[in-house]
Amino acid sequence: MWKDIFIKKKKYASIPSQQVRYEVPEGIMTKCPKCKKIMYTKELIKNLRVCMSCGYHHTMPSRERIDSLLDEGSFREYDADMISVNPLQFPGYMEKLEEDRRKSNLNEAVVTGEGTLNGYPLVIAVMDSAFRMGSMGSVVGEKITRAIEKARELHVPFLIFTASGGARMQEGVLSLMQMAKTSAALKLFSDEGGLIISVMTHPTTGGVSASFASLGDYNFAEPGALIGFAGRRVIEQTVREELPEDFQTAEFLLKHGQLDAVIHRHDLKETLTTVLDIHQGGGEHGWWQS
Amino acid sequence: MVAELDFEKPLIELRRKIIELKEFMKTAEVDLSAEIEKLEARLAKLENDIYSNLTPWDRVQIARHPQRPTTLDYITRLFTHFLECHGDRCFGDDEAIVGGIAKYDGLPVTVIGHQRGKDTKENIRRNFGMPHPEGYRKALRLMKQAEKFQRPIICFIDTKGAYPGKAAEERGQSEAIARNLFEMSGLTVPIVCIVIGEGGSGGALALGVGNHIHMLENSTYSVISPEGAAAILWKDAALAQRAAETMKITAHDLKELGVIDEIIPEVRGGAHRDVDQQAAEIDKVLKRSLQQLLKLDGETLVQQRYEKFKQIGQFTFSHDDLRVR
Ligand SMILES: [Zn+2]
Repeated sequence: MWKDIFIKKKKYASIPSQQVRYEVPEGIMTKCPKCKKIMYTKELIKNLRVCMSCGYHHTMPSRERIDSLLDEGSFREYDADMISVNPLQFPGYMEKLEEDRRKSNLNEAVVTGEGTLNGYPLVIAVMDSAFRMGSMGSVVGEKITRAIEKARELHVPFLIFTASGGARMQEGVLSLMQMAKTSAALKLFSDEGGLIISVMTHPTTGGVSASFASLGDYNFAEPGALIGFAGRRVIEQTVREELPEDFQTAEFLLKHGQLDAVIHRHDLKETLTTVLDIHQGGGEHGWWQS
Repeated sequence: MVAELDFEKPLIELRRKIIELKEFMKTAEVDLSAEIEKLEARLAKLENDIYSNLTPWDRVQIARHPQRPTTLDYITRLFTHFLECHGDRCFGDDEAIVGGIAKYDGLPVTVIGHQRGKDTKENIRRNFGMPHPEGYRKALRLMKQAEKFQRPIICFIDTKGAYPGKAAEERGQSEAIARNLFEMSGLTVPIVCIVIGEGGSGGALALGVGNHIHMLENSTYSVISPEGAAAILWKDAALAQRAAETMKITAHDLKELGVIDEIIPEVRGGAHRDVDQQAAEIDKVLKRSLQQLLKLDGETLVQQRYEKFKQIGQFTFSHDDLRVR
């Protein structure tokens, strides 16, 4: 039985120690954009980048996200060396990619791989807005599609964290088509009973929000995350509509029935564990058996 | 009278001159036939030069021509017994998308397409062919119905994009589009998609997950409008012309990028010049597509569609580069 294979820790450390090895790219101190309080970056990272004073969820790099959720040493990355080409011969694109590779220490805007979360095996994809604003081009689409195919092959859940400004313009229509490609992969996976969990983080907009981000069996979001199809400015300009303060926030989407839940980053691991647990039968014994 | 486009101005000038000369010859009783002949030859050459060397921007203009034939223009010419079916059974009926059942040479089919208006009043009713979530949900309802009764689906794509508005966001524009991509990819009936005008971003793609995708010669398909691209790239929407070239949005570009199957030739000067003739051109390609796809079973159709989209995109691996870093 599936459920007997995994050793489940009832208690787990919410902050794995290996996080500390990531340097502090923004310097020793970080200013919270919401409450303006200045705090030690190291402390902020320890707190999963949730502001200690106001609860604002700062952007979380993909590697930190993986470390914060997966069991230590369990992560195996897929396609780490897949990189973009310049299919449209778009002026300046290769230079921009090179620059982002250097700045973010990432090869592309998504990290994919497999690992275990509290003992539950899964395939995970984490987008990273530090690389080209998390935009989706051929590589992002291909890596996510391959990750979904891998989850299908391994019969394990697929967990995705989205953070993206949308399609990558420099790859034109090829970027657009990645929406169909990833969605089609999810459909095949879903039809075979695969579990899809989507966690939308700030920001999840455009083509990413209009494809895999919205296709979870469970669609979650982090507090305050901006989520939407069309940009606020585009809507204001073309339609001249009065938009509410909380427009396109996670809370707005929840109110309008577009999300299952908004989950605080500190509660995320526990929530995901519950979902994974329930989908593997709950691991308990009782009167319902036999 | 057909509205003329910017790049056609030299032709209009020349045509007007020829008409003037002919009039003059009638009244003044001077023989100008040699002169007229010369001008007519020049006109023919100029027409040829202009129409066989259309720039991407010229094609954008043709694709946006106010009299460009719409989904309903083609439905009435290609199908019989069309019965339009309204509503998403959830919120409302979005007239920016039309759909229903029909016969194609006697074959029962489901037809769906974006629908623009031909005048201001109709455009307001149809929201300029820019759907809300209920439009996509109506389309999906009709596609699911087509699958239940094993009818092929034909989609006409013609939209600037999904509508960017407050209500659209509240009702889940993203989810509606995503759901269509997801569900269309799994349908066990043939799906043929034809881009007939503008294929604008996710709002176009939401009707675009087909086994075959064809484009009219002067239609466009893009991730963002040339104006939008120019505004983001160069902070100047006036550079749309340049963006139209850079972004590779014409039928020929998409064929080269491996996104579409066939380019459907257009009537010279654009589909609006002869709708019947244009419908006949579409007819040929559509028939050929369906003949191929009707031979495949449901599972094969799903697999073929998946493979089709799976191969779209370009990337490489850089083991060495990575190690250097
Ligand atoms: Zn704060």
